[in-house]
Amino acid sequence: MNAWLGLIALAVLASLSLFVGVIDVWQADRHEVWSLIRDSRFPRTVATVLTGASLAIAGQIMQQIARNRFVEPMTAGTGQSAALGILLTAMLFPAASVGLKMVLASLAALGGSLVFFAIVRKLPPTQPLLVPLVGLIYGGVVGAGVTYVAYQADMLQFIGIWMNGEFSGTLRGRYELLWLAGLAAGLSYLVADQLSIIGLGEAVSLNLGLNYRQVVFLGLIVISVVTGLTVVTVGMIPFVGLVVPNLVSQIAGDNLRRSLPLTAMLGAALVLAADIVGRLVIYPFEMPVGTVIGIFGAVAFLWLLYGGARLAR
Amino acid sequence: MIEIENVTHRIAGRTILSDVSLELEKGGIVALVGPNGAGKSTLLSLVARLLPLQSGGIQVDGLRIGVAADDVLARTLAILPQELNVASRLTVRDLVGFGRYPYHKGRPTSEDTALVAHALTLFDLDDLAERQLETLSGGQRQRAFVAMAYVQDTEYLLLDEPLNNLDIGTSRALMEQLRNLAETRNRTIVIVLHDINYAAAYADRIVALKAGQVVADGPPDQVVDDGLLRRVFGTDARVSLIDGRPVVLV
Repeated sequence: MNAWLGLIALAVLASLSLFVGVIDVWQADRHEVWSLIRDSRFPRTVATVLTGASLAIAGQIMQQIARNRFVEPMTAGTGQSAALGILLTAMLFPAASVGLKMVLASLAALGGSLVFFAIVRKLPPTQPLLVPLVGLIYGGVVGAGVTYVAYQADMLQFIGIWMNGEFSGTLRGRYELLWLAGLAAGLSYLVADQLSIIGLGEAVSLNLGLNYRQVVFLGLIVISVVTGLTVVTVGMIPFVGLVVPNLVSQIAGDNLRRSLPLTAMLGAALVLAADIVGRLVIYPFEMPVGTVIGIFGAVAFLWLLYGGARLAR
Repeated sequence: MIEIENVTHRIAGRTILSDVSLELEKGGIVALVGPNGAGKSTLLSLVARLLPLQSGGIQVDGLRIGVAADDVLARTLAILPQELNVASRLTVRDLVGFGRYPYHKGRPTSEDTALVAHALTLFDLDDLAERQLETLSGGQRQRAFVAMAYVQDTEYLLLDEPLNNLDIGTSRALMEQLRNLAETRNRTIVIVLHDINYAAAYADRIVALKAGQVVADGPPDQVVDDGLLRRVFGTDARVSLIDGRPVVLV
């Protein structure tokens, strides 16, 4: 039931996304419409769906690993680390291929997440709100580092693209990396049981004979690949990984075998909707999707922090 | 058989266990008692490989802890840890179902499903099966976790203070079920208990720890007396025999 409603909503949003834009597809000449859809509107729609779905899943995995509902990659340093990776790549290897950029961004994201989890491990488990706060500060520090390096290297304009995600530059041939992000997120479904179990803690995982470290590391790789690829192709989009898994957990519970598909759908729908709003709100200009979600997500985050403190683990 | 040989454990420079050797034969209930900080939970965690062994050795049915494969151990020994995640939105049925993970590795068979259904009935969880853990009371949640350890269907079952949060009715029901497991299926159950009276009533053997050492070991009627309470717990409670069983008058 929920699944069908979600699929229908997603299909409606996706079709809307194909038709919303400066060029009116009903007025333009047929040939022009075809190339518009093929080169711009369709890639943009697919990119939005892939980004939303994989970011939401990455958020859910991160929350399972941290055993805390208030963390997500884009606000806890993973996204900022990916941006740092891309910046350093651009400075040190200006001629780097997209593939190399992608690998280095993902590696930087992985390093950033490992540092985050190393810090968070030392926090007292009785204070669940410390985890997201430390994450926000840590993400802020890494982000400030990115800005500083970019300022020194006179590349501030350059980083604007990654620090605030948007889809207006998504064209055929420039978004395909996101399929890999979608694939990485999709593969996590194969270990859905394992990810559900690590959410119960290290002791329960060990008791069930699960290789806890291995599953955590696998989860971190998915998070890092998704984050790295997203930041490289469309830039940072905050809060998707935070708000969506929380909503899904309330609707469908914490068994990832059941909830991951819903997370993917809702994440895609949220980013699609935000992108459409961003295209319409100051029409014919565009507002970056990162800004739209930032506004909506910040409100939702506050609501979770205050109204939802009881949801913390 | 669980063989513990010369186990010493230190945490942050403090000695938690010092040179503990213990043999727990197969079948029956062994209660670990002792004052707070005596090292009971640490010993149990070491046997269950939740903590890495620092020195000495532990074998469970010939499987060496720290060497034997995790999934083999998971089919030999189950532990109910003391600190459990209380805010999970897993349903009781899902949680208990994960107890079969060591066997099905993510692909439950109809046999697994049947065992889970049986455990839900056995632990009186049928009405709660579709409820999420965070909506349960402490006692209900504890029962769900015990049921999970039960479906793991292991020869050895370790429980770390399972009676926390339980009222007298549920406490006794749980101990009866453990008794039943030990007697009808010859399972070995090692249980950390705070209440000496529960240990005396349900255990076949009591092992008392103090300051990281075994200070008393034997059947309840030989171990539990005024002297034990004074030496181990530092309190003057009297012990009286009722129906041939030692009872601490608190």
